[in-house]
Amino acid sequence: MALDLRVPLGLLFSLLGLLLVGYGLLGDPSVYQASLGINVNVWAGLGMLVFGAAMLAGAWFGRQTGRPTSGR
Amino acid sequence: MRLHGIDYAIIVLYFAFVLGIGAALKRFMKTSLDFFESGRSLAAWITALAFISANLGAQEVIGMAASGAKYGIMTSHFYWVGAIPAMIFVGVFMMPFYYGSKAHSVPEYLRLRFDEKTRALNAASFAVMTIFSSGISMYVMGRLFQLLLGWDINISIIVSAVVVLVYILLGGLTSSIYNEVVQFFLIVFGFLPLVFLGLKGAGGWTGLQARLGHVATDAGLAAGAWTESWRHMGTATANPMGIEWFGMVMGLGFVMSFGYWCTDFLVIQRAMAARSMNAARRTPILAAIPKLMMPAIVILPGMVALAILPAAALEFNGQTDYNMVMPLMLQKFYPPGLLGLGLTALLASFMSGMAGNVTAFNTVWTYDIYKPYLKSDGDDAHYMRVGRQATVFGTILSVATAYVAMRFGNVMDLLQLVFSFINAPLFATFLLGMFWARSTANGAFWGLLSGILACAAHYALTGVGADGAGRLHAYPSDMARNFWGAIYSWTTCFTVTIAVSLVTKPRAASDLKGLVYSMTPKVRETGSAWYQRPVPLAVIVGAVTIAINIYFW
Repeated sequence: MALDLRVPLGLLFSLLGLLLVGYGLLGDPSVYQASLGINVNVWAGLGMLVFGAAMLAGAWFGRQTGRPTSGR
Repeated sequence: MRLHGIDYAIIVLYFAFVLGIGAALKRFMKTSLDFFESGRSLAAWITALAFISANLGAQEVIGMAASGAKYGIMTSHFYWVGAIPAMIFVGVFMMPFYYGSKAHSVPEYLRLRFDEKTRALNAASFAVMTIFSSGISMYVMGRLFQLLLGWDINISIIVSAVVVLVYILLGGLTSSIYNEVVQFFLIVFGFLPLVFLGLKGAGGWTGLQARLGHVATDAGLAAGAWTESWRHMGTATANPMGIEWFGMVMGLGFVMSFGYWCTDFLVIQRAMAARSMNAARRTPILAAIPKLMMPAIVILPGMVALAILPAAALEFNGQTDYNMVMPLMLQKFYPPGLLGLGLTALLASFMSGMAGNVTAFNTVWTYDIYKPYLKSDGDDAHYMRVGRQATVFGTILSVATAYVAMRFGNVMDLLQLVFSFINAPLFATFLLGMFWARSTANGAFWGLLSGILACAAHYALTGVGADGAGRLHAYPSDMARNFWGAIYSWTTCFTVTIAVSLVTKPRAASDLKGLVYSMTPKVRETGSAWYQRPVPLAVIVGAVTIAINIYFW
């Protein structure tokens, strides 16, 4: 396997998640009137962070066991 | 719409990753097999997500949301009827021939099965078509971002073209496929919050049904016309799409859908990059699972927009323009941050739509036009260089097309129409080629040609509504006319191919091994778990599709 896609995928979504969560927690809360009072940046950011971490974990453990990528 | 620093940060991060993936893949591009076919080494989940992403260009995202507003939940027929059955079919029955014949491309399969002229017809029309689609997609993107953010259209076009060019030159098909997977997840994460907020704003599914019920009764239709997918399809006049069930199922569900998903090299190329026959066959079937869910992400926001936005919000220059519903919804519900993510998802789908076309073009150009007709004795490095050059001039031609589209909008409409003629009959050719050993090269060629002509003649002889007065037949809607045109075209191709085949000499059975169903040993999938076998997966996906159709009946 050339380059495990889960690595860039995991990195990108972890970083995007961190950016959104950080902005959601520290930024101006009044912008969430548009989103019906919900801080969607934090929630979407958390979702992306979990996804990104899962991809990185998959790549790491896939590498450990010497299996190429998931599936065949 | 105004962007903040955080939005730009997200866009910049995305661009950095796109180029980074290309750069990281560069050292693996050693032979033409790596460059054009990803070394036939990718896992099924990757090729499956690329399979649907290559089709999920931003025109699709914008267009499906627009249709969601215009036609309501009936738009989901483009997925549940107009995609899933064909995706299951190509995986179970057709992939063994594409992957197993060792052809580099779909046109090359036609040469192996039939002859040079059938391949040439298909390769030439496909090459021109990919350039036009990527050009038009660039133009649409440029115009959208100009309208939304005031970005200069020239800069949008040039920057996106250069980025796509660089990452394909670096990483070939793998680059394109990896970025399509990234795009898929960006679309999911970028639009899922919109679906949630939109539904919440409209009072949930029941609230949406009630609001769209008023829209439907105002339009003189039954209250459920926008929220029930099958119930109002008895007659063409009872539903917003203006088509009865038979024309929809045969025209969209059979001819157009199978013609696209089973024969278009843009998507088939993704499956052919898989690492084994098993993975190639599972590619479209696994792709059908997210495809099944896509209507929630791309159609629902359009339906919500129609329910909650004031009618005036959809008017531009005094005319209702549904193409803006997706951007308008982003604008209404998204705060800075998520807005950047939503726009990045749109940007990503524009660029990977372009990249998909360019990678399909460079392969067809190199293997089906350059190698057979211009120089057939080059070494591997030579064809890889040709592929890179094709990438460059393919991109340049796309940019040129984008500018032509900007100047002459009507010419483009006409060309897209011409291409729909070319594609409509194609599935008949493949169906007979793969499953009827008696079909001959001359049968295929004349069948295909007369199918194309039948489609053009149908278009010339019919009209829509009042416009159809004095013509042979007047259809209730454009949709009905397109679907029926496809049906006539397919039937003509099917009949003529059979007729000509019966009077021409068939090929020896020994030549057809691996190319025709009855001459090929069946693929045995034993020893692996059920979820790694195409057929059990296909049965499950098919059953779930039927269940969803019944639920939203």
